[in-house]
Amino acid sequence: MAQENNNTQMSEKEAKKKEMILFLSSSEEKESFLSKQNLKLLSDPLNDDNPITVQVLGICSALAITVQLQAAVVMSLAVMVVMAFSNMIISLMRNLIPSRIRIIVQLVVVAALVILVDQVLKAFLYDLSKQLSVFVGLIITNCIVMGRLEAFALGNGIYKSFLDGIGNAAGYGIILVIVAFFRELLGSGKLWGIEVLGHKGATMAESTGLYALGYENNGLMLLAPMALIIVGIVIWIQRSRNRKLIEEA
Amino acid sequence: MDKSSNAYTFIFAIIMVIVVGSVLAFASISLKDRQNANVKQEKMQNILYTVGVDSIEQNGELVPLTRPLAEANFKKYITNQIALNNKGEVIAEGDKAFNVDLAKELGKDDNEQQFPLYEAEVDGEKYYIIPLRGTGLWDAIWGYISLKDDVNTVKGVVFDHKGETTGLGGEITKAWFQERFADEKIFDSSGNLVGVSVVKGYGGGNNKDDNAVDAISGATITGDGVTKMISKRLKYYLPYFKQQTDMKVAVK
Repeated sequence: MAQENNNTQMSEKEAKKKEMILFLSSSEEKESFLSKQNLKLLSDPLNDDNPITVQVLGICSALAITVQLQAAVVMSLAVMVVMAFSNMIISLMRNLIPSRIRIIVQLVVVAALVILVDQVLKAFLYDLSKQLSVFVGLIITNCIVMGRLEAFALGNGIYKSFLDGIGNAAGYGIILVIVAFFRELLGSGKLWGIEVLGHKGATMAESTGLYALGYENNGLMLLAPMALIIVGIVIWIQRSRNRKLIEEA
Repeated sequence: MDKSSNAYTFIFAIIMVIVVGSVLAFASISLKDRQNANVKQEKMQNILYTVGVDSIEQNGELVPLTRPLAEANFKKYITNQIALNNKGEVIAEGDKAFNVDLAKELGKDDNEQQFPLYEAEVDGEKYYIIPLRGTGLWDAIWGYISLKDDVNTVKGVVFDHKGETTGLGGEITKAWFQERFADEKIFDSSGNLVGVSVVKGYGGGNNKDDNAVDAISGATITGDGVTKMISKRLKYYLPYFKQQTDMKVAVK
């Protein structure tokens, strides 16, 4: 946004030309790399503008892959890679994209990146890719990705778009990790696949840790509805601490 | 060039498709070998799982059977790999038999199909492992079933699927479901090959002689697919088992 203001004295054509030539280096040189404004792009989506709890986007995958912490983290990282790169690529091309087919272009870019992520996972992290199965493919339909491309990357420089992508993916990821933490802990008594509450044997005598005291896993936690309820609780806590998020009745 | 003109839009779209297409084609080709290696290792891992090999002793310690370990130890347990025709004659051996792709075979006529069969020896016990493939609710399901040397009692099964609903049909991949098949019989009391049926509202408890196991609630069609897949695929191996005179055959 800043460079647009600085360029007002130049004719529109000149400004565009300059931007096209210098889009990689100088369009944001007047701002330091981690200026307050840039940091805000990273931090806002974590709280005030969280994609899941405030904008209520990307709920579907928040339900589906939060049974285990590891899957949630990998999914968040995959979304982060896709968002950062798709934001950058779209921002790079923003002055070239014909506006009539811009949604198609966005879809093609996102879809291509998702296929790349899927192929890389299949080659290097095969077991995880099986676990994530269809959900990696569904990143394409994750509303957050397309939403940020349309709302941010089309109108901002590369570096800012990159930060915006990382920030929003992190905001998405942090909720996924919170939900997965509680679901895995209470649902199967594990964290990252490690039995943290002790081992559950066939009988109480064979069990260790909490299970020896008669503790039971809550199977309900493994079902999708509990993800919604946990997201609901997160929203409740967030709004009680951050009153400006509360809509007027 | 006018960016709102039709020509610009077309040129942009064409260039974009060419660039994206080449990038994806390059990625697919360069990662193919690695992906295929993973699939092959997983197949070996699944075959070993059915005969109860789920950990390997390494340096005096039992470690879980990972995919690389499965590949390294495959030949240690699998003594013979053959492919049969529907008359029970051996038509391929070794890697050729291992590489038979059931997905392709299923599309052929019965008398052109190859039927892979693996023989394993674990702790002095001999097992026969038969690959399975069929259809569930949404897409393909497949797996492996191992039989003890009476060619009647199931040692273990492994199932996998392409697109069954997670939490419902997808549960066929879970140990708690697969464990139900252990020690089930594939022949009924009058000696007919019936396989193992997945039955809704099963009341047999721990009965291992009724050729049936309890189904998964909410996954009726996937369960029926498993039933059909087992009985259908096993029947093709009957001619071979009948020819093997040196076996303790339960075939009547």
